[in-house]
Amino acid sequence: MFAFFIRRVTQAVFVMLVISLIGFTIKQSVGDPLREITGISVSAAERDALREKLGLNDPFLLQWGRFLARALQGDLGNSFYFKRPALQVILGKAPATLELVFSTSLLVVLLSIPIGIYAAVRPRAWLARFFMGVSIVGVSIPVFLTAILLIYVFSVGLGWLPSFGRGELVTLFGGWQSGYFTSDGLKHLILPSIALSSIMLPLFIRLIRAEMKEVLETDYIKYARAKGLKPGRVLLVHGFKNTLLPVITVGGVQLGTLIAFTILTETVFQWQGMGAMFIEAVDRADTSLIVAYLVFVGALFVTVNTVVDLVYGLVNPMIRIAGRR
Amino acid sequence: MDRQPLLSVRDLEIRFRMRHGDLTAVNRVSFDLARGDRLGIVGESGAGKSVTGFGILNLVSKPGYIAGGRLLFEGRELTALPEEDLRQIRGNRISMIFQDPMMTLNPVLTIGTQMVETILAHRAISRAEATAIALDRIRKVAIPSPQKRLQQYPHEFSGGMRQRIVIAIALLNSPALIIADEPTTALDVTIQADILELLLGLCQSEKMGLILITHDLAVVSQVAERIAVMYAGTIVEIGPTAQVAGNPQHPYTRGLLGALPQRVPRGGRLNQIPGMMPTLTRVPEGCPFSNRCTLCEEVCRRRVPPLEPKAAGCLAACHLLD
Repeated sequence: MFAFFIRRVTQAVFVMLVISLIGFTIKQSVGDPLREITGISVSAAERDALREKLGLNDPFLLQWGRFLARALQGDLGNSFYFKRPALQVILGKAPATLELVFSTSLLVVLLSIPIGIYAAVRPRAWLARFFMGVSIVGVSIPVFLTAILLIYVFSVGLGWLPSFGRGELVTLFGGWQSGYFTSDGLKHLILPSIALSSIMLPLFIRLIRAEMKEVLETDYIKYARAKGLKPGRVLLVHGFKNTLLPVITVGGVQLGTLIAFTILTETVFQWQGMGAMFIEAVDRADTSLIVAYLVFVGALFVTVNTVVDLVYGLVNPMIRIAGRR
Repeated sequence: MDRQPLLSVRDLEIRFRMRHGDLTAVNRVSFDLARGDRLGIVGESGAGKSVTGFGILNLVSKPGYIAGGRLLFEGRELTALPEEDLRQIRGNRISMIFQDPMMTLNPVLTIGTQMVETILAHRAISRAEATAIALDRIRKVAIPSPQKRLQQYPHEFSGGMRQRIVIAIALLNSPALIIADEPTTALDVTIQADILELLLGLCQSEKMGLILITHDLAVVSQVAERIAVMYAGTIVEIGPTAQVAGNPQHPYTRGLLGALPQRVPRGGRLNQIPGMMPTLTRVPEGCPFSNRCTLCEEVCRRRVPPLEPKAAGCLAACHLLD
């Protein structure tokens, strides 16, 4: 297990290096740091001197090295617009996005597993067919449209739920602003979470159903029944545990995607998270912030995937053996 | 000694629901098995022997279903039992051994889990007591260091070892009957004999009945006391092993035995029964073997021959035997 762990972490570090290289290249080719520092009153000669002094004439790799060294210390440059360290800006926005992603994941996990299993066990039942039909529709409609539709029905039409913002927040230790502790905050989470899950939920229902159906055909399920195990145990312990392997793999990738894809949902619901911040940063050509966001989300993505791989190792005994070698 | 057989199968009929009507995979199969008796069911692929085995526990995969007949086991009618009662018989009074040990054990559960759960599904005892039973059974199938083995996963075992584990699982609840479906077919030839010997020895020492399903006549004659020969869903001959293997009555059994390589002089051409077993959609009317039988007469094409006593202790389904 330890060797497996080391190998996965090494791979993760390598991926992060590539991401930082891409981010840095963008920064190099899009923005001019001097514009950030100097005003219009600075002469060309002074600019050149400053350029030399800041090491902006150094070879590309050397500059990348400096960028990396600073990034490792948590310095991803300053946002032009906010006039603050980009990482600080991102971290200020992260709780909103992470809470949205968390409640969406919770929704997906809690609904997709029972529905997926049910649809696999009783594929002909009308309820299963209904779920499958709805899931096709869910996958086919773009997230922003689902979001607008939800707002139209539940906020404008019925007036049950708020249509934008995070509502009443509570500041936790470390400045984390949470909407989980007030009923107003929770109400504000409902529509965005449903909108964000409208792609993932059907995907997972269909994935779990397909995998589970395949597993249920195997000899070891028939054997489990021949051993006289209770039907629930056959289904959940013997069936679902084997279904979990592919689901975890896909789930890991999708969790990363979810974080990145909050952009649309956040924009529609004016959710003050990283996604909305990124769109604004693009509007303002805030290169440093854009690059910082890329690196930050990249790091999040890689971390999540690595953790998922490690969890996968826990579920699948054969992976552990490979790691032991 | 009670005279009632352990298992009495009468006119068992198993069908598969197909788009163009039902297929009869097992057609009015009847046999008895006394307590501690060992019966071999032989036949070609598709003869219905496995389906018969699974049918006893009502475990035929969909779209198969039991269409008729009776299954009397330890005085209870299995076809009339509710699913929960049947579950309590499965793995408890009747154990199964599947063909491919690579596929039967769940890859993500330890051997210990898969053994203990089988006990706990049927008995209200503690996990520790169940583990003690599991250890005892692993010792019985001669696997070294059982304690360590319990914590391992199936992929850490060789094929032969896995089949030993499957046998150990079959023994867990001291069943009255084991149904073994081709238990050695997926194994190396060198290991086949070991596994058979183990199974035979355990059946004798634990006084368990055995139904051994196989296409291998040699395997059956080693282990079984009686042999049932199946063809196209029906039993064509059933009798004591020595009788069926030594003095076969039915033309199909004779053909099968004649086809054994050891019956042919070295270098000679191997015998075979002409033609192929009909698929279930094309079983001929009358005797199912009639279209391949060299002795076939008019009556064979018209009437299904009943399974009747022919030679000593032997039943065969053929019009031409007396």
